[in-house]
Amino acid sequence: MPHTLAEKILIAHSEVEDLAPGDIVQVRCDLVLANDVSGPVAFTAMERMGADRVFDPDKVVMVADHFMPAKDVRSAELQQRLREWSHRQGVHFFDQGRGGIEHAVLIEEGFVVPGMVIAGGDSHTCTYGAVGAFGTGLGSTDIACCLALGEFWQSVPGTIRVELEGRPAPFVTGKDVILAVLSQIGVAGGTGKVLEFSGPGAASLTMDERRAAANMAVEAGAETGLFPADEVTAAYLDGRAGRAWEVLRSDPDAELAGRLGVDLGGLEPLVARPPSPGNVAPVAEAAGRPVHQVYIGNCANGTITDLRQAAAVMKGRKVQRGTRMIVVPSSQRVYRQALREGLLEIFLDAGAVVSTPTCGACFGGHMGILAPGEVAVATTNRNFTGRMGSDRAEVYLANAWVAAAAAVAGEIVDPAAVVGEGSP
Amino acid sequence: MILDGTAVVIDADDVNTDLLYPGPYLNIDDPEQMKHHLFDGLDPSLRGELTGDTVLVVGENFGGGSSREHVVLAMKAWGVRAVVGRSFARIFSRNGINLGLPVITCPEAVAAARPGSAIRIAAERGLVEVDARRFQVPPLPPFVLDMVRRGGLVPWVRARLAERG
Ligand code: SF4
Repeated sequence: MPHTLAEKILIAHSEVEDLAPGDIVQVRCDLVLANDVSGPVAFTAMERMGADRVFDPDKVVMVADHFMPAKDVRSAELQQRLREWSHRQGVHFFDQGRGGIEHAVLIEEGFVVPGMVIAGGDSHTCTYGAVGAFGTGLGSTDIACCLALGEFWQSVPGTIRVELEGRPAPFVTGKDVILAVLSQIGVAGGTGKVLEFSGPGAASLTMDERRAAANMAVEAGAETGLFPADEVTAAYLDGRAGRAWEVLRSDPDAELAGRLGVDLGGLEPLVARPPSPGNVAPVAEAAGRPVHQVYIGNCANGTITDLRQAAAVMKGRKVQRGTRMIVVPSSQRVYRQALREGLLEIFLDAGAVVSTPTCGACFGGHMGILAPGEVAVATTNRNFTGRMGSDRAEVYLANAWVAAAAAVAGEIVDPAAVVGEGSP
Repeated sequence: MILDGTAVVIDADDVNTDLLYPGPYLNIDDPEQMKHHLFDGLDPSLRGELTGDTVLVVGENFGGGSSREHVVLAMKAWGVRAVVGRSFARIFSRNGINLGLPVITCPEAVAAARPGSAIRIAAERGLVEVDARRFQVPPLPPFVLDMVRRGGLVPWVRARLAERG
């Protein structure tokens, strides 16, 4: 029987010989991930399960990222628990100053290769689809089960193929690809499904852009967003991958749950207006909206690519008076690279704040919370009411070009108007 | 498994987990403390309606976004018995099932329910009653039913570990 890529990965990780969408199967994990928020809740559940040891310490990664560096005593206690548990269990642990945001760390440090199954106590575990892995977000009790048994239950998802054509125009990035998908299928259109990005246009998306696109698959309700491995994947993993891997693809005649197309050449920079990632519009339609804070960071768009784009806008320019800008490299690796390339100096000269890698204000935790009435442009993935602070603040989601341009203009603007047509 | 309760209605679609339990309180790991922040981003006064036998009645795509299990832990801490909705986001429904909270998709029952409606759920038979009006839904898959009946994933894993010895 022909199968999709997602089905092939699940078959390879279960006891069944065949499966079809809707079947419930037990899936073995190659990697189990949790953080300072989901980890401690999972540890309690694991204790109640009567499990003392994790199934395989080498397949478990813990990352302190949400309230890191600890913002208050309660957060410090959670991180203390995460730290002590990780040392006791002998698992991989990225503490403060060692890692950064979990989904950046696992990809950049070579933990993720195509064909893997990764269970993460965080909804954006779907980011690993960028590398061709079935990464999926789970709650803490599911994670406790994964820690104890090395497996989780999964209803086999159907696949929606996103056919990518053409090459993106200047100022159009992977962020716009997924925003275009969200504008087509909405915030529930991917429920119970996997998004598979393929077609000739996929080759023109770098790994960092794929990360941005796969990351927001969950914003469409999808289980993960897969980019089948290709030359871009191979080049990225060369010298980085921690294990061997092979190329898997959907069979040409595999049954799909849906299809849609995105013409990269026809895309313009987009924004998602508050309060939903599905409220997508061309940047021009939101132009002129005054902006109080620009946030460049998060597990989707705090990559070196995003920082380079933002720096290209900020070089020789200033953050507008009345507007604040925060730049959050997504990992220590990105931070160091940005330092080496002189990007951090560009941000400082422009009047931006450069933060240590952290989830920070992305989820309203700390490090840049919004006041009532304020408007932010953020390269993050959620603009829900109250997500970055006050429930009377507004968040527009956009790529790093658009976000940085808003910092210069003090309002939402087409980046071409700030940087000049076609200059990137 | 028959379950009776009183409806508390959240009449909105796409109610995400940030609204149900905002991010700043994610540094709490005790359900008894979590429960004081349930619905904080939506309408904190809704907490006052949770009387210990509540069945939450919700709209489309309930519980999307973050995987935070705090939402279901807080609901359980208030004694919420089940959630009936038009449709659910994946991780929320998993979290419910894993914690022994039946999550039932039944748009007709949602349309029929009013605040305070008497709700009865017979999960095996796929039956939802709202003020004695009956609605049929596909019964929960056997695996899910088994887990809910055992009280969730914790006892289920406990049993698996015991089998292994
Ligand atoms: S950066 Fe934001 S979206 Fe990503 S894992 Fe952290 S809190 Fe979640």
